[in-house]
Amino acid sequence: MSSLWPRIEPLLADVQKPARYIGCEDGALTPEHGPGRVSWLLVYPDTYEIGLPNQGLQILYGLLNERPDAAAERAYAPWTDMEDLMRRRGVPLFSVDTHRAAADFDVIAFNLSAELVYTNVLNCIDLAGVPLHAADRGAADPLVMAGGHCTYNPEPLADFVDAFVIGDGEEVVGELTEALHGWRSRPRGDVLRDLARIPGVYVPSLYDAVYDGQALVAVAPREPGVPAVVEKRTVADLAAWPYPKSQLVPLTEVVHDRLNVEVFRGCTRGCRFCQAGMITRPVRERPAEQVRDMVADGLRRTGYDEVSLTSLSTADFSGIEGLVGDLCTTDIAVSLPSLRVDAFTVGIASEIQKVRRTGLTFAPEGGTWRIRRVINKLITDADLEGAVEAAFSQGWRRIKLYFLIGLPTETDEDVMGIASLAARCASIGRAHVRGATVVASVGGFVPKPQTPFQWAPQEPVASLRRKIGLLQDALRREKGVQLRWHDPRATMAEAITSRGDRRLGAVIEDVWRAGGTFQEWSERFDLERWTSAMERHGLNLNWSVTRERGQDEVLPWGHISAGLHPDFLWQDWQDAIVGEVVEDCRWTPCYDCGACTGYALEHVVASPVPPAGGSQGTGQDLSVPVTLGPRR
Amino acid sequence: MKVRFRFVKMGKVRWTSHRDVARMWERALRRAALPVALTGGFTPRPKISFGLALPTGHESLAEYLDVEFERDGFDVDHLPARVTSALPAGIDVTAAAVVDDRGSSLQESVTSCTWEVEAVGAPVDEVEALVEQALAATSIVVTRERKGATVTDDVRPSIVTATVVGPPPCLGDGYVDHDPGALVVAELGAHPRSLRPVEFLRALSPGLREGHVRRTHQWIVRDGARREPLPLGATDAPHAKVACA
Repeated sequence: MSSLWPRIEPLLADVQKPARYIGCEDGALTPEHGPGRVSWLLVYPDTYEIGLPNQGLQILYGLLNERPDAAAERAYAPWTDMEDLMRRRGVPLFSVDTHRAAADFDVIAFNLSAELVYTNVLNCIDLAGVPLHAADRGAADPLVMAGGHCTYNPEPLADFVDAFVIGDGEEVVGELTEALHGWRSRPRGDVLRDLARIPGVYVPSLYDAVYDGQALVAVAPREPGVPAVVEKRTVADLAAWPYPKSQLVPLTEVVHDRLNVEVFRGCTRGCRFCQAGMITRPVRERPAEQVRDMVADGLRRTGYDEVSLTSLSTADFSGIEGLVGDLCTTDIAVSLPSLRVDAFTVGIASEIQKVRRTGLTFAPEGGTWRIRRVINKLITDADLEGAVEAAFSQGWRRIKLYFLIGLPTETDEDVMGIASLAARCASIGRAHVRGATVVASVGGFVPKPQTPFQWAPQEPVASLRRKIGLLQDALRREKGVQLRWHDPRATMAEAITSRGDRRLGAVIEDVWRAGGTFQEWSERFDLERWTSAMERHGLNLNWSVTRERGQDEVLPWGHISAGLHPDFLWQDWQDAIVGEVVEDCRWTPCYDCGACTGYALEHVVASPVPPAGGSQGTGQDLSVPVTLGPRR
Repeated sequence: MKVRFRFVKMGKVRWTSHRDVARMWERALRRAALPVALTGGFTPRPKISFGLALPTGHESLAEYLDVEFERDGFDVDHLPARVTSALPAGIDVTAAAVVDDRGSSLQESVTSCTWEVEAVGAPVDEVEALVEQALAATSIVVTRERKGATVTDDVRPSIVTATVVGPPPCLGDGYVDHDPGALVVAELGAHPRSLRPVEFLRALSPGLREGHVRRTHQWIVRDGARREPLPLGATDAPHAKVACA
């Protein structure tokens, strides 16, 4: 197919940030298309700056293009100025690699990292010129697929997506490619049936959803050969997947504009609110040697002077000390996202941030030890104070603390605990630095599918607002503490989209038709659009979102499994309510959540001993001084 | 040792900004593992200085930058090929030469630039008449927006020369548009402030729009002599002709 570039380029003089649409990144490929190749368009349904660095998309891009039977390109959601021009001039959604029309691909595959992008997914399908509803697509249309964390409740997008892929994508994209050889010559229904037989693939049109009034009664396969429960895919060992091998280096500014190397996948801390931690088990650490190689190769190839070691909790990487020790001998900057809260971690941070000690971020999540036991974020006040003391005494001037409000069993005392903890941290800071600042950043909790809190009620907007008000009052005269909060209305929209069943599709469509794209951008967000659409479609906000759910009821995502036994999740929920905790199972006996045993997998660790610090069940003495450098 | 590079910015990459190009160079110099001198302080930066900014969307055959190296004595002739291979497609180094460390900066020394400007919105003969009229005028006072402020000044002294070459070049198959237009070659002054091609067109007539624009030369006029910012001895890299073809 011919390139759309001659029709795209004349639009660029009239849009913001035209470099979003040109491709040409270092590491970008010009894949060859042909009859022997299944062509994939990998779409990140948000702006280029946010989508380009996405590692999941880059992994699949690299993997697919290595195959002789596949070709993969990328696309991002055009910003509204560009979309307007494209619609006016009849230019469809295009890839940035060879500027090919989206509808010319065999598969349009979306990365779903956040629920509020759902309206953008609809917009991209429509801009591609593909029928919006899966049921209306015919022989000439591409297959629309989706993967990523949000697919653990695929139902809200069930009407629009032909096939979802649950879990790690590395292996399954190959299996899908093989299943799609020559697919255009077969009836679409047969192709979808074949896809549904691949483990980890969910084809919603092969399932019936049954309702009784507001209640969902069942989501069941319509025919034999279709699995009643779709199990996620998990790659057993990251060492076999050193991707992305050629990280894309954008020509223009993007978020996370640095080399990213994934050091492990999965997390066993057992924080009950954390969907990512629950659905990505078990822990699979990359061998430290491979991390070193990927860092060295990546820096040499990209020319970046900064590397981020990514994971859900990088200080938990069992080879962290040796790794940081080695990296610090070079003059590149190292960043660790998601720091654990303890003095050891600050030690690592000070090792890697020798000069510019501006800000450091911790996530205690809860204001009191009681609520932190409920959510299983086992950080004592002493851990936090130790970390903050260490940080301010070593030259940091600004500490950011992340908290959640609206957690199950939360009382006003727990909320006020946030204020007193932040104030205490600020006063620790003042003893060391003039002008020490603590930023308390407060987000609203959303009970996410596939977590022990999936049965918990969503706190209503008014109640979240009241709690923010309590914190504002408590901190108004507190010098050195800045309070920031996430808009409770956006939290509610996130709850609606993450907890809904198949009937939510009509709501998402209404919001999109009313112009509601880019809902993560506050200037374009309006909760009223969501709630009024729910009313129009007979969906009750309390029933769908704000009520507590019972053990026996059918959850919209109940036919999707992250490997966690429903009994384990329910027991963990019951334990949460009474403040019973679980330990980090990487270093303590297995409590059989199902993620390893169910799939015959095991944790893979880079070092036989846990890293220092981290009191969560490792039984370690936190007063041990920090030592860095390779272990002897 | 200070080395001055000449490079082109052609094709899709023209949609990146001046800042984007600066970052591309920083990464490319690191990838090429060249001993670039660094500034002191908490956040050491490579000692690179750019010339006049090229507006986003414009192509150029004549961009320059100066790079300070930690040490002397390496082969400058090989630099264009080495650095080009580390730069994105469309940014190609066409020449490099050692320049006087104490020489004035590019920004200060460049006095004018030659542009190929596609004037859209009027046929060739009309644009010709507008250009003649402008050149015949003793002053052209225009009001323009600069950094939020409205500035009124005479841009006539900044129009050094201007000639209509003919209709715009064919842009290749598939390009839609075009309203009638003309290709104008203009030398526009850089001091006290650069006159941008779009401002030049507005000075001709408010009805003219800017189509494709390409900078072809930057000039330094000193003591009545006009030369380009590279020393006469600087030879174009052999690969550059291929890249630009």
